[in-house]
Amino acid sequence: MDNKLKQQLHTKSKTAKYEQRGKLASIMMLVLIMVVVLGIIGFILIKGTSMFFNDKIKISDFLFSTFWNPGGKTPTGNPAVGALPMIVGSFSVTLLAALVATPFAVGTAIYMTELSSKRGAGVLQVVTELLVGIPSVVYGFIGLTVVVPAVRHLFGGSGFGILAGTIVLFVMILPTIVSMTVDALKSVPNHYRQASLALGATQWQTIWKVVLRSASPGILTAVVFGMARAFGEALAVQMVIGNAALMPHNLVSPSATLTSVLTAGMGNTVMGSLQNNALWSLALLLLLMSLFFNLLIHLIGRKGAFKK
Amino acid sequence: MKNINTDEQYFYPFEANEPMAIATEALNVYYHDEYHAINDTSLQFKQNQITALIGASGSGKSTYLRSLNRMNDEVAKVTGTIDYHGVDINQPDIDVYEVRRRIGMVFQQPNPFAKSIYDNITFALKRRGITKKAALDEIVETSLKQAAVWDQLKDKLHQSALALSGGQQQRLCIARALAVKPEILLMDEPTSALDPVSTAQLEQTMKQLREQYTIIIVTHNMQQAARVSDYTVFFNAGQVVEYNKTNKIFTRPKIQLTDDYLSGNFG
Repeated sequence: MDNKLKQQLHTKSKTAKYEQRGKLASIMMLVLIMVVVLGIIGFILIKGTSMFFNDKIKISDFLFSTFWNPGGKTPTGNPAVGALPMIVGSFSVTLLAALVATPFAVGTAIYMTELSSKRGAGVLQVVTELLVGIPSVVYGFIGLTVVVPAVRHLFGGSGFGILAGTIVLFVMILPTIVSMTVDALKSVPNHYRQASLALGATQWQTIWKVVLRSASPGILTAVVFGMARAFGEALAVQMVIGNAALMPHNLVSPSATLTSVLTAGMGNTVMGSLQNNALWSLALLLLLMSLFFNLLIHLIGRKGAFKK
Repeated sequence: MKNINTDEQYFYPFEANEPMAIATEALNVYYHDEYHAINDTSLQFKQNQITALIGASGSGKSTYLRSLNRMNDEVAKVTGTIDYHGVDINQPDIDVYEVRRRIGMVFQQPNPFAKSIYDNITFALKRRGITKKAALDEIVETSLKQAAVWDQLKDKLHQSALALSGGQQQRLCIARALAVKPEILLMDEPTSALDPVSTAQLEQTMKQLREQYTIIIVTHNMQQAARVSDYTVFFNAGQVVEYNKTNKIFTRPKIQLTDDYLSGNFG
């Protein structure tokens, strides 16, 4: 009996072996993904910086010059690899879209969590999810056929430009911000609302001063997520912004974003050429921006986590 | 009052000239249109007294309490009249926010806002348009004194309320409720999340508050009801079984069911 017990305790059972195999499989998947992610980042880093190392182009020329015609020269004789028009374009559409979308999104989310019946909230939930599911090329197509002509009629110009891009992006990031704001509002403990109401505060005062106030880190995170999406969106924006790598004069002059120049240009350059390397530098810039947005989200999350 | 004393129900006979803070007449509460949580309850609450509502879990005592300042509006259907100085405040045209200012509430879990102590107390005042600093300062001091925490908190008024101990938080919640100068204070098991020492202190505070306020307290703790209250209402299954002076109900209950509950034979 004793021997049998000893043997059972000393040899690995079937389940223990399964557990080991499971752990191993999980770690292998993780390693594979890590390799892919690090590979992508490394590749973009190498390709994105080769313009500065191989073609001896100054970073300041890339970031602050307004002439974009890789391979060509600026009037003063410098290489025309200035990404400033696209940087300005990207930031303009992103910030404007977030600025327009935030009040709408917060209003919708307040209605869904605080005011509407459960059924109404459910319907709205489905609608928002539907908006997320529409492919960006469809948004771009609608933008091209509806938004661009409308902008042309109302504000003149060709209709292509930052305004059209803002409107399309506004609709695209709205559901993202709405659903994340809904989560933020739902995570506000109910006893905050009760405490406020029991003190004789009106429902609106409660929403405005208590619920929104305590959900503000979450709402901010939602807005940053929306901005990250807007910043990275390529196709829909490319279809309505006009794709002219010029500094935007106004909201209806054709311009470009980092992503739109990338999508428009990547098929037309030869690997290793300056034109190609300049595009990789734009990609690197996009990657850095998305890292920045991620960092921002983490910082907000850490600062605003509920202490119960 | 339509209450008739029977073998199953006993109501303390108040004199007609005794001043009442609030009274309900045939109050019924339904959850989800079907569950009948409170059944035809008519009760009066005497001014400047502490009345305890006791009963087993699910007997409806908290539901009844929350109906008095219309906190059940969103979750339940409340029918019947709530008489507050001759006004039926259970009517749809009543300003519930004014009702809740006059009838304050303290909850089971201390629930200060994630703001400073000072901002917690001035929150409702600012919403009512009181913004002068001198006036706010004065109200903060008097309400914290009434809640008997001024000495502990006066040096950290601008620190977060969430850093306080449970007992201090609950006192802050009481001070916050007192700041809008209510007439009645509803307390829903205010000490159930507190340790025995904080509980004893809070009971002491309640006795002091009785001089200025009418207090209705729901409690699971029968000893607490016996210690602090002047009158006790025993609820069972959504109905009042016995409403009597506290010393009477605990020494010589009129109804057998009350006796059984108090001596631990059920519940």
